[in-house]
Amino acid sequence: MNMRWTVGLGCGLVGAIGWISAADAAEQITFVSQGGAYQQAQTVAILDPSAKKLGITINQDSIPDAWPAIKTQVGSGKPIWDVVDTPTGYCLRGGEQGLIEKLDFSKIPNAAAMPEAYRSPYSVSYEFYSSVLAYSQKTFPKDAPNSWADFWDVKKFPGRRALRNHPIATLEAALMADGVAPDKLYPLDVDRAFKKLEEIKPNITVWWTSGAQSAQLLNDGEVDMEMAWNGRVSAVAKEGAKVTFTYNQGILQSTSLCILKGAPNLETAVKFINEAVDPLHQANLPLNIDYGPGNPKAFETSVIKPERAAQLPSEPANAAKQALMSYAWWSSPSGEAAEKRWAAFMQK
Amino acid sequence: MTTSVPDPSQKHQRREHGLMLALVSPALLVILALIVLPVGWLAWQSVYHDGFTLENYRRVFTEDIYWRSFALTFEISFAVTVIALLLGYPVAYLANSVPKGCSILILSLVVLPFWTSVLVRAYAWLALLQRTGVINQFLRYLDVISEPLALVHNTLGTVVATVHILLPFMVLPLYATMQKIPGDLMQAGASLGASPSMTFFRVFLPLSLPGMLAGCTMVFVLCLGFYITPELLGGGRTVMVSMLVSRNVELYNQFGAASAVAVVLLLSVLAIFFIVSRFISLDRVLGQK
Repeated sequence: MNMRWTVGLGCGLVGAIGWISAADAAEQITFVSQGGAYQQAQTVAILDPSAKKLGITINQDSIPDAWPAIKTQVGSGKPIWDVVDTPTGYCLRGGEQGLIEKLDFSKIPNAAAMPEAYRSPYSVSYEFYSSVLAYSQKTFPKDAPNSWADFWDVKKFPGRRALRNHPIATLEAALMADGVAPDKLYPLDVDRAFKKLEEIKPNITVWWTSGAQSAQLLNDGEVDMEMAWNGRVSAVAKEGAKVTFTYNQGILQSTSLCILKGAPNLETAVKFINEAVDPLHQANLPLNIDYGPGNPKAFETSVIKPERAAQLPSEPANAAKQALMSYAWWSSPSGEAAEKRWAAFMQK
Repeated sequence: MTTSVPDPSQKHQRREHGLMLALVSPALLVILALIVLPVGWLAWQSVYHDGFTLENYRRVFTEDIYWRSFALTFEISFAVTVIALLLGYPVAYLANSVPKGCSILILSLVVLPFWTSVLVRAYAWLALLQRTGVINQFLRYLDVISEPLALVHNTLGTVVATVHILLPFMVLPLYATMQKIPGDLMQAGASLGASPSMTFFRVFLPLSLPGMLAGCTMVFVLCLGFYITPELLGGGRTVMVSMLVSRNVELYNQFGAASAVAVVLLLSVLAIFFIVSRFISLDRVLGQK
């Protein structure tokens, strides 16, 4: 037998094993977000720079709706993921159900410096988006709808309408249409909100279920006005469609970072979270996509130019015009009951 | 007196059975691992959550929205089946009565859309049916209508797209059955003085019944579980049972609530197959013989 062969093979094997254990030794985490252009923007702005700075490997995964997977992974006792970027409500709900690790903010100084409304015991705001009133400038060249009361006013603003097929943000919009001030929404008066929704229901052409669908409706002129996420509307506008939106009475929402209970790389995950909400990385995010930084300190860096800041949902002046969503209310029993009531409302 | 000498042919047969069993065992294992176990787990979850509970079923059978969804799902499935039969029968008939080359062409046109994803076809229907879609634009150009018709984002749009997707499941079993009807029978009918329509209705149609039943069962059952077309073209109001399954995972934070819906749907499908099997051998439905 050829000796060199055996030695070579042996070395190769040892090398491979060494490589595997080296990768094990070098710190790594699995980070999960929602995919698409959004995850790519993060990779450029936050993930790659963080990995480089911390000297860790960030394995990425993506899933549109992380909640069922969080439940299954933690339920199985051996989660694969470490950090998820998911709507803040899931982090809170997960925290209450023992699916999400409690965060030690002494190890996350960047988050500790953020306003209290931007974090919870289980999560840190990662980025902001807004559910805004968007409309076609073809249908409304001037005298455009500027508030949810206008959206509900089918006589003054005739046209086809769409809302999201989900109670979150939609109930808030209904209450604002009924005259509730954006900063006095919580706890939501659910009965009043559904009553107001019954009023507009016959005039809703489509109850959309995905962001892509909402963009398509606006782009194709299928509806004249709708509630949509700001990033979706600006993307459609950038492609040349005559559409725009107002931040007035928008509902400011966020996704947050949180860690799965029993995550395989807990310590590195905590380090990563601190790095990910670093003002500088955060300031880079809106240069790549139309979402606002989760850490408001990002606006104090000189990275975001004032013209760009003015377009972002979490820019202080824009934020002041909007209602800040209370995820704590939505994950409370009344919030969950409101969510269950939605199905009955839709099918009536 | 009978002797107990083993019959060599019997022994041979037993060996053959053993061999067959060995040959099918990989397939059986796959079915066991990928279908029987998950479905069993699904059913188990629907009744077990921190102890035995019928809460999930209580909800399905007492809350209005479930009844509405099941009723709507059966209505849509029925409509889709009837329309698919009315559209599919003439196609199968034509494919059966033209020369072989033409019938291959017709059948490949029927099967061709199979190679396109359901999602793409649903979006294609959106492009055709929506307010600014081809059909509305054309009708407005002809001045037939002044306001665009609501062709999509409702039950109508859902039914149209679902029929399109399920049509092959109607045409193929119909064609297969028609192929087996001997042409002599029609000639015999004609020679006895029956008009062409009479031979069709008295001879051909009854003989094609098994194909109709097979096609209808396939289309109906497949339609019961449809998800993409109502989700994309139903406008949010057309909530079919499959959508309840996904919604329940979100709403109740546990799979049991969704499993119960799935189990009820599965049982309805089994019930339908059972009823159909009283009239026609299931081999014909599934094997399309």
